[in-house]
Amino acid sequence: MSLSESSLDPKLASFDTVLGSGLGFSHLVKRGETFRIVDLEGNQAVDTLFYDAKDPTERYSAVDTIRTQGGLYLTTGSPLVSTEGRVMLTITADTCGRHDTVGGACAAESNQVRYSIDKKYMHSCRDNFLLEIQERRPELTLRDLTANINFFMNVPVSPEGELHFDDGISAPGRYVEMRAESDVIVLISNCPQLNNPCNGYNPTPVRLLVWSA
Amino acid sequence: MTDRSSEWLVDEPLRGGQVWSRVLKRGQALRLTDVEGNASVAALLFNADFPLERYNMPDTLKAQHIARLTSGTVLYSDMGRVLCSVIADTCGWHDTITGLQNSAQSLKKYGPGDYQALRNDWHRNSRDNLLVELAKYELGKRDFGPNLNFFVKVAVDAEGKLGWVPGNSKPGAYVELRAEMNTLVLLSNTPHPLDPATTYGTKPVHLGVRLAESVRADDACRTSCPENERGFALTEAYFR
Repeated sequence: MSLSESSLDPKLASFDTVLGSGLGFSHLVKRGETFRIVDLEGNQAVDTLFYDAKDPTERYSAVDTIRTQGGLYLTTGSPLVSTEGRVMLTITADTCGRHDTVGGACAAESNQVRYSIDKKYMHSCRDNFLLEIQERRPELTLRDLTANINFFMNVPVSPEGELHFDDGISAPGRYVEMRAESDVIVLISNCPQLNNPCNGYNPTPVRLLVWSA
Repeated sequence: MTDRSSEWLVDEPLRGGQVWSRVLKRGQALRLTDVEGNASVAALLFNADFPLERYNMPDTLKAQHIARLTSGTVLYSDMGRVLCSVIADTCGWHDTITGLQNSAQSLKKYGPGDYQALRNDWHRNSRDNLLVELAKYELGKRDFGPNLNFFVKVAVDAEGKLGWVPGNSKPGAYVELRAEMNTLVLLSNTPHPLDPATTYGTKPVHLGVRLAESVRADDACRTSCPENERGFALTEAYFR
């Protein structure tokens, strides 16, 4: 865990929006730009994927990121590594301290497995991803969805190989910031999950900002 | 001992460096045997009838609250169904979180190992091997999600730091997958990137496919957690 603050001023951001829970989002972040996600009310999971803007077959890879940094959790200094072994973004500031790489996104079908067969109706991150890419990123389909980052989510793995969904360690106003090392498309679902503590059982909005290089 | 030739539908070596694939039909079982110990086999799995549905690492881990595979665990697709169950395992830990090696990483770690010099002992890597095999099914980079690593153990400490565990797999160790759906299985017998060995080396693996015993109501994989009971029910509903 490596807490570090940013010197960037939100008043000088070139892009600044609030994304309600249960919504999808995508945005082109150019090389050298800095992208920040603010957990406005605390304990909100932000499911996030990255694609190379020029060749979206190259995308964020959880397993390459984990192996490259020799660690499971993301924080300041973590490189976000692509399927081609290239650093797409680097985390440059983090006031939360730990972000998840293996919990993935909720989906109607996996909710049935995890909670109850009758939970299929509930809103999910995968639905957000699928609507966002069909409306705004026609180069992407279900085929392109892969294991995502969950910013602000706490999913510890024990030395015995057990995985736990623990209460979040985030709090209102905590943020994570990353610098794009090349042009990337960021794809987000602001998680609507109500069945586990990943959102503190109360999904809330996040603020998204970009600063020019 | 029974005559293996009448029992095994497939009974063949997977040489070091080699890639392999097969559609494992629902009800068939695939056994991987680590002949000499310390093998590493990278794997990808798809619904053979509709390959857009594929093995999903996070869904597999979070449904069962695990970060490693062993007997009693199952492999979930992204559609809430069970592709395969791990019905036997004498190794104890198979990796799900540390991925595989590409050609640039292989070159950096082991030095040149080109075909021109080494012929069929050249330094093959998991990424290229699996890309080649995927292409035979009209699949490719977009379908290449997080893979499994049979016979590999990488443990995680309290701070999340990874540690390669040497000697995880003993000579003769085996793991057996039973297909709960018609499953396209792709395997690459190639070095794991976290193996500390500095020279390129592979180990022989043996593959067997047989008809599995039918899944009973008290099946160990099915009953290992309520999530798997539901996963099996959803899988059965798909074939109804």
